[in-house]
Amino acid sequence: MTTTTRPAPAAAATDGARATARRRPRRGRGYAVFLLPGALLALAVIVVPLLMNVGTSFTRWSGVGVPEWIGWDNYRRLLDDDNFWASFRNILFLIVAMAVVPTLLGLLLAAVLYDFVATRFGARTASLFRSGFYLPQVLPVAVTGIVWGWILHPGYGALNALLERAGLAPLARNWLGDPRYALYSVMGVLIWFQVGYPVVMFMAGLQRVDPELYEAADLDGANRRQKFARIAVHVIRPEIYVVLVTTTIAALKVFAQIFVLTRGGPGNATLVPSYFAYRNFFERAQVGYGAAISTVLALIIVLLSVVFLRLQARGEDA
Amino acid sequence: MSWARRFNGYAVLGVLTVAVLLVLAPFLAVVVNAVKTPGDYAAHGPLSWPHGLSLAGIVDFWFRVDFGEKLWNSFLIIGSVAVLGVAVSVLNAYALGIGRLRGRTAFLVFFLLANLLPQEALAYPLYYLSKEVGLYNGRLVLVIIFTAIQSAFGTYLLSSVYASFPRELLEAAELDGAGRLRTLVRVVVPVSWPSLSVLFTFFFIWTWNEFFLPLIFLISNDLQTVPVALGVLQGERQMDATTTSASALMGIVPAVLFFLIFQRTLSRGVMAGAAK
Repeated sequence: MTTTTRPAPAAAATDGARATARRRPRRGRGYAVFLLPGALLALAVIVVPLLMNVGTSFTRWSGVGVPEWIGWDNYRRLLDDDNFWASFRNILFLIVAMAVVPTLLGLLLAAVLYDFVATRFGARTASLFRSGFYLPQVLPVAVTGIVWGWILHPGYGALNALLERAGLAPLARNWLGDPRYALYSVMGVLIWFQVGYPVVMFMAGLQRVDPELYEAADLDGANRRQKFARIAVHVIRPEIYVVLVTTTIAALKVFAQIFVLTRGGPGNATLVPSYFAYRNFFERAQVGYGAAISTVLALIIVLLSVVFLRLQARGEDA
Repeated sequence: MSWARRFNGYAVLGVLTVAVLLVLAPFLAVVVNAVKTPGDYAAHGPLSWPHGLSLAGIVDFWFRVDFGEKLWNSFLIIGSVAVLGVAVSVLNAYALGIGRLRGRTAFLVFFLLANLLPQEALAYPLYYLSKEVGLYNGRLVLVIIFTAIQSAFGTYLLSSVYASFPRELLEAAELDGAGRLRTLVRVVVPVSWPSLSVLFTFFFIWTWNEFFLPLIFLISNDLQTVPVALGVLQGERQMDATTTSASALMGIVPAVLFFLIFQRTLSRGVMAGAAK
């Protein structure tokens, strides 16, 4: 422990400086104990179950009795399973809808709201718009499913009714029930749901932009777009990384939206790996196979995250 | 300001207004149709203004699912998770971000990955283990699981905030003879309060939205959270359109209330507090 004796007032300044210099190498002591509760919690809830899941993926098990070791059989079966490949193809589309489009839209909206609306019409107007875009994010996903399931309903839904009223009746579709459109409809709902998150994150980050940099850029004759691309995007790079990482991963993990909107159907048109795993765990009692699916999904997510982290680290070094 | 520039300004504002109205349109549709009678809906469809105000759908829905009970379950779980999650995040981030513990990069990567893992890769073992220890079909097991998952993200985020925590403040506290714990409680927590409140808000909203694990762990009807009750109800019965809207409205109202309460917090920003 550090001593609490204080030096005489006259010598305090120089002694203090020296004491700090001496302490610096010892910084880091006495902190480990603070990590203990969090580490134990993570061990019990995350590490142990994860290892158990990987172990289960090499067995045939219905959830009761003793699992039977079958080696790589579950993984071989995956490679021949059309549903497995369909679920991963669908995920690529959902990454576009949940990560790529919202990040780009979010950058645009945050730029316009922060740089333009806030300066021209006041910060309150800008924050009102931000709230509007963010609102879908606070809804329970189940509610999103109920609302959009009803809006997109082919019989009594609001979208088809709207199209008919606008004289566009031929455009009316069975949005979620037709395998040709179901995935695109789900993508639309996900963009609607997701766009507010990057807007909030980016606008928060933009508060760190030093106004002097903008003034300097003004002197150099930079226009609004150049200033945003050269200065603001650079400053909020941490937020862009966080948003891209979290939304891409969220897309890979998406479950509830699919559960409430389509249950993976029609056929496997909107099937995703997480729902595919859930079905094997809790509906078909093929726990080993479900474990194999979720292990593959976990592995992909971990690999992708490591790549993201590497890129981020390299970006910070540059 | 020239006339053309002013016009451009209003044009941008107009486009934004249309965009935000499109985002909000589903909410409006829900409110309008939740207060219609089924007969009104059948006669005039989803787009017409309600002919008179009917709360029958809402009242019917409230009693059918015992909505008050579902709200209480949700709040109990979410409140505990948000408080405990922030507390664990602070402790972890204090050790990693400020304490710069040996191997902190490995720990941070671990916590980030822990949060990013699909819940499906943990769900079955957690389900199995919770049955073994008698926590299955209870709220406590969800509090424990979500505290671990949310605080893993909180640790990652808060550690980067704490990494740039002003050293002068820490050194001043040390010179004043404050120990690690005292420095944490008296200096670090108050200075980073804006970041903590943002974290609390995120945990609150995210946990409120959780669906997958509550669906698995809360089997009894009287333990279900609001999202699970709504999702199950939607899957089970063919509800008519006005009751559907009413149920959606009852899911929306609490969420919007939190949002209004937390909105000020969010506007302060994720990285606020330690940045200056």
